[in-house]
Amino acid sequence: MELKEKLIASFMAFEENVDVNADLHDIRTSAIKNFETKGFPTKKEESWKYTSLNTILKNDFSVFPKKDNAIEFKDVKKFFLNDVDTYKVIFIDGIFSSYLSSTTHDGLDVCLMSSALTKPKYKMIIDTFFNQVASKEESLTTLNTAFANEGAYINIPKSKVVEKPIEIIYFSTGNEAALMVQPRNLIIVGENAHVQIIERHQSLNENPVLTNSVTEIFAQKRAIVDYYKIQNDLQSSNLVDNTYIAQKQESRVAVHTFSFGGNITRNNLNFYHQGERIDSTLKGITIIGDKQHVDHYTLVQHATPNCESHQNYKTILNDSSTGVFNGKIFVEKEAQKTDAFQQNNNILLSDKATINAKPQLEIFADDVKCSHGCTIGQLDENAMFYMQQRGIPKKEAKALLMYAFTSEVTSSIKIPELKIKIAKIIATKLGVNLGFDL
Amino acid sequence: MLSIKNLHASIEDKEILKGINLEVKAGEVHAIMGPNGAGKSTLSSIIAGNENYEVTQGEINLEGEDISELAPEERAHKGVFLSFQYPVEIPGVSVTNFMKTSINETRKANGQEEMPANEMLKLIREKSELLEIDRKFLSRSLNEGFSGGEKKRNEIFQMAMLNPKLAILDETDSGLDIDALRIVANGVNKLKSKDNAVIVITHYQRLLEYIVPDFVHVLYDGKIVKSGGKELALELEEKGYDWIKQEQEA
Repeated sequence: MELKEKLIASFMAFEENVDVNADLHDIRTSAIKNFETKGFPTKKEESWKYTSLNTILKNDFSVFPKKDNAIEFKDVKKFFLNDVDTYKVIFIDGIFSSYLSSTTHDGLDVCLMSSALTKPKYKMIIDTFFNQVASKEESLTTLNTAFANEGAYINIPKSKVVEKPIEIIYFSTGNEAALMVQPRNLIIVGENAHVQIIERHQSLNENPVLTNSVTEIFAQKRAIVDYYKIQNDLQSSNLVDNTYIAQKQESRVAVHTFSFGGNITRNNLNFYHQGERIDSTLKGITIIGDKQHVDHYTLVQHATPNCESHQNYKTILNDSSTGVFNGKIFVEKEAQKTDAFQQNNNILLSDKATINAKPQLEIFADDVKCSHGCTIGQLDENAMFYMQQRGIPKKEAKALLMYAFTSEVTSSIKIPELKIKIAKIIATKLGVNLGFDL
Repeated sequence: MLSIKNLHASIEDKEILKGINLEVKAGEVHAIMGPNGAGKSTLSSIIAGNENYEVTQGEINLEGEDISELAPEERAHKGVFLSFQYPVEIPGVSVTNFMKTSINETRKANGQEEMPANEMLKLIREKSELLEIDRKFLSRSLNEGFSGGEKKRNEIFQMAMLNPKLAILDETDSGLDIDALRIVANGVNKLKSKDNAVIVITHYQRLLEYIVPDFVHVLYDGKIVKSGGKELALELEEKGYDWIKQEQEA
């Protein structure tokens, strides 16, 4: 049976097994209908022109993990942000792991989607926020909505500054021959509240995994959200990350996406403005090789006046890897005095590497500042010569130069321990020890 | 120290150097002057090992060893330093970290241990004082947003840190105001010893008032057409380069 049929067939059984209210049932039912009509995206669609899921979909994925799989903390310690105390919401093969997690209800909610979806005390919040910003048209998002059941639920009340970063990690054990997981995260950040979140998907062995994740983030007035996505997975893992962000006035949301590994990675990152003087930041570093593929598909919907968006994506491609950057900025007629900036720089280290870069600006307001720049190149030979002249061997010089290339993105990481971790991953990717902490 | 024999070099099949001969002994300061486009920067680049140029004939010997086939970093490890006319900006890497990498890679290549941290700090303090560089400056990204003068002063700071055998200063005076010029020249003069040598490449005589050369060479159309003492620089300043051109074309 093809994956699409398998998913549709299992939907009925899934709905019967979970205890849901009628509203949620309706949302799921219309979502599966949308997926049934549209199916998995293909290259025929403009927005999927450069990314094909065909080869992945041939795997016979289990869509529900069979059992509770346990893992030892020591085996996965390196995937956590150590040296700093954090809240943790951890899943193993899609199932919550209380052993690895550190959740809270003390002054804020850092807990599970499954309880938020089923417990009556959360009903009002779920009715207000769940599936309110996620697309009801995009097929993979609706597929996730249809099966939405587990993930992280985070609710930060008004004026709460969360001192500890929150880590959301999805581990795949590989106990299944092939596994498809569909995490669903809901994050609500109240007025004047501030939170830092790190999200990661990590396979522990080479069995194929397909993750179709949906995250909804609601930033209320003057809320500050720093969100970091670490994608440094094994080459058997595939990730479609669908993130939808609704911002109220004067809120500031920054999403940093670090794509260092995986087979096929697709990031759909969507920002919607619902108030004035909003600030949105979208930054990314992609460093891949072999036949890996990373596709960044961003949208910033400027719908209100006096808002800013800043995009900066850096890509380094080696071997036969491929990268895609499609950045869409939409400025509605009402969105006067918009300041939208987009920068995308790409370095190709091999003749066989490919980048497809496509800035898309649609501007309907007349008093706006929009700029975009895109470069594709090799490493600057003058800079190489300069560093070699100072005694730095070619390999290290190359690495230092690539590190310098990514520094506009790493410089705005707000968690120092994360900054060091990212710098170390970059150094490992570049195959060097630079002799100092970057 | 440096012995260049019949050096021919080209870039994209265009011959730039057409038979250079130059002998520089330890303890000497040589100035290479000449009009724009004569090949001055090309010569310095080639001595340092820039792979964009192809050496078609001749030899470059450093302390008796032909270095013309060596990579730029290998030449640097043997003590060749080039102060760039246009130093490159490296965002995200501080001056201090860059120097640490530079020094330790050089030490590693020469079979030495990494420099201990306290020794490194002491060296940085000493040399930044010599070049009158503010300590805050050292934690800034290398050359990023530096003024022209700051970049040049930073080049000489790096030279002081690395203590090369052969230093080539390529148009180090350009972009420097008179105070910065004095500081830079003073730095170079303090680093001079009987064991090292300096080649000053310049279009103007100005820098040579502060770094006094033992020999002055005039480079024109890829060849050294005139050599003399420091008085040659003054003559060039007075007469300009036209008389050289006329002499050559006559």
